[in-house]
Amino acid sequence: MSRADKEVLLDIRGLEVHFETRRGIARAVNKVDLTLYKGERFGLVGESGSGKTTLILALLRMIKTPGLIAGGSATLDDGTDLIQLNREQVRQARLKRVAMVPQGAMNSLNPVMRIGDQLMLTMREHATDQPPPKAAQMELAIELLDKVGLKPEVARLYPHELSGGMKQRACIAQAISLNPQLILADEPTSALDVVVQRQIMQTLRQLQHQLNATVLLVGHDMGLMAQFAERVGIMYGGKLVEVGRVEEIFHNPQHPYTQLLISSIPSFETKGEFKGIPGVGLSLLEPPSGCLFHPRCPQAMPQCSQRIPTLKTVAPDHLASCLLHEEDADAPAS
Amino acid sequence: MPPLLEARHLRKVFRSGGQRFGPSIETVAVDDFSLSIDADRPSFTTIAGESGSGKTTIARMLLGVLDPSAGEVRYQGRDVHDLQKEERRQFRKDVQAIFQDPFEVYNPFYKIDHILTTPVRKFGLAASKADAYDKIREALRAVGLRPEETLGRYPHQLSGGQRQRITIARALLLKPKLIIADEPVSMVDASLRATILSTLHALYRDFGISFIYITHDLTTAYQVSENIVILFHGAVAEAGHTEKVIKDPQHPYTRELIHSIPVPEPGREWIDEAVEEKEVVDIEDIEAEEMATGCRYVLRCPQAMAQCAAAPPFYRPEAERAVACFLHAESPVLESGDLNEVFSAAADAQK
Repeated sequence: MSRADKEVLLDIRGLEVHFETRRGIARAVNKVDLTLYKGERFGLVGESGSGKTTLILALLRMIKTPGLIAGGSATLDDGTDLIQLNREQVRQARLKRVAMVPQGAMNSLNPVMRIGDQLMLTMREHATDQPPPKAAQMELAIELLDKVGLKPEVARLYPHELSGGMKQRACIAQAISLNPQLILADEPTSALDVVVQRQIMQTLRQLQHQLNATVLLVGHDMGLMAQFAERVGIMYGGKLVEVGRVEEIFHNPQHPYTQLLISSIPSFETKGEFKGIPGVGLSLLEPPSGCLFHPRCPQAMPQCSQRIPTLKTVAPDHLASCLLHEEDADAPAS
Repeated sequence: MPPLLEARHLRKVFRSGGQRFGPSIETVAVDDFSLSIDADRPSFTTIAGESGSGKTTIARMLLGVLDPSAGEVRYQGRDVHDLQKEERRQFRKDVQAIFQDPFEVYNPFYKIDHILTTPVRKFGLAASKADAYDKIREALRAVGLRPEETLGRYPHQLSGGQRQRITIARALLLKPKLIIADEPVSMVDASLRATILSTLHALYRDFGISFIYITHDLTTAYQVSENIVILFHGAVAEAGHTEKVIKDPQHPYTRELIHSIPVPEPGREWIDEAVEEKEVVDIEDIEAEEMATGCRYVLRCPQAMAQCAAAPPFYRPEAERAVACFLHAESPVLESGDLNEVFSAAADAQK
């Protein structure tokens, strides 16, 4: 399936999120361009501080001071630019168009409200037109619970009566309550066991399929990405450094950072081999000149500290931002 | 020669509630755990389990910071509870801990030097200040840090990976015989995990320090450890040579656990195969699982049988492995319950 067959759902152009600190501006999301297609599962990977969570918070307009969206656009298929929406429009877009499955499900549910009531509240609060009558809301809530594999009785329970996996299911039920087109999932299973993780990811996958929604999964677990995502984007220091189909990223990574990331994944095939990425993560307040990765890059060239690379097509449906490839792209075809 | 550290039939029960609000609830966090670490043969043992499996409770009992409800922890043949002052000092020196969060173990007001000079002073490891700093620099280099870039700085000026390596250097300064590392890499970025694990492995290989590595991550456990103990709800499900347990799991729980790990290989059918089946989570099941007196896994086990209502002993289908499951009832029983017997057999087989 090539990109031409797919309809664009969200087009992110030049998105910038800045955090203003006393020591200067930290560019947490640094001119990111990314296109998401309808019904795809996209994985966004990066180390802590790479800007992956900030990016999805920006899409939901949840950036708080001292952070601010400094520029760019995120346009949905009907022309709505999420970045330009006013407060009321944001409220209407959340859950109906863009929903989020949070990282810590335990802290995302209201502890003094029954699960069913929370689901009904979201329906009322975010419905653009007249909300359905109460009995119908209750029915819908139970239907939602059923969709995520929870029994109707769970509607009567409080969050503390649920296990971690059940809470995460309840959060997914809430996220899909108004049939969003885009589900942003921020490490939804990082606090859960692997057994529960697999069940939750199965549920998310089923629902994504049923709703034909796009899922943007953010995380750092490469195994999870390999199993869930169809396309993967790699972030480093607030920039998107590589985007491609999951098989391409894992089998044919083009950016040196991605290559190191892939080779550092521990597996059951490599006993006693320890491959890390040399050097330390960058400081967003004192970023290096040129390519942000060049101080740690084993393939760095003199020009890497001078020029900032941009995302270039290196293969069909595969982009990388590295001077190694710009050189190739600039060279005359022979 | 008595073992360096020995856990004998450890059991820990936590009580909560009670008094005014009805009867108290008992949670068996650890149930009959025995393990010994030889003094003369360095070993690298993983204790693996999911959250709530009791792995951290075991670590805390082994370190002598949490008292078991039953059973005992012995250091060189003596109960850690009854150690005399000098023996206790020796225990505190020989058995070191590395904790999960490299951000919480530092006092932000002190420079890095403080966490390194304190043990040198307390244990009288150096004759002079210059000597102390020589030893500190040596320890820092051993964990792959440059002393000139580390000393004199404050914790917030260092990355999580650097901080965690400093806690390893601190442990190393005391020339311990055993390091108990509780999730040492779970808070560290993936790119640095490998570096820290290789540091730990090098200490085992080059300095002959034994390790108990506590983790939920079977992939890193496979990378570093010789032996592995798989815990489920406070009880050992399976234990043995890491290669055997991971590559050919015999307990139904170990199988489910290993099957659930997402492998970094696209197209491995991790999700697809079961996408049709709809799983309904039952809250009664979860409570019943906590209450179970027999095999703790019985409610989730696809191969559960009538006899699973009783707790299974350790069966030993092969010398290098113990499995607490009646599916292996035709194999001999590990009478002592000491997993070290199995691990020693594994070590001998390697020779």
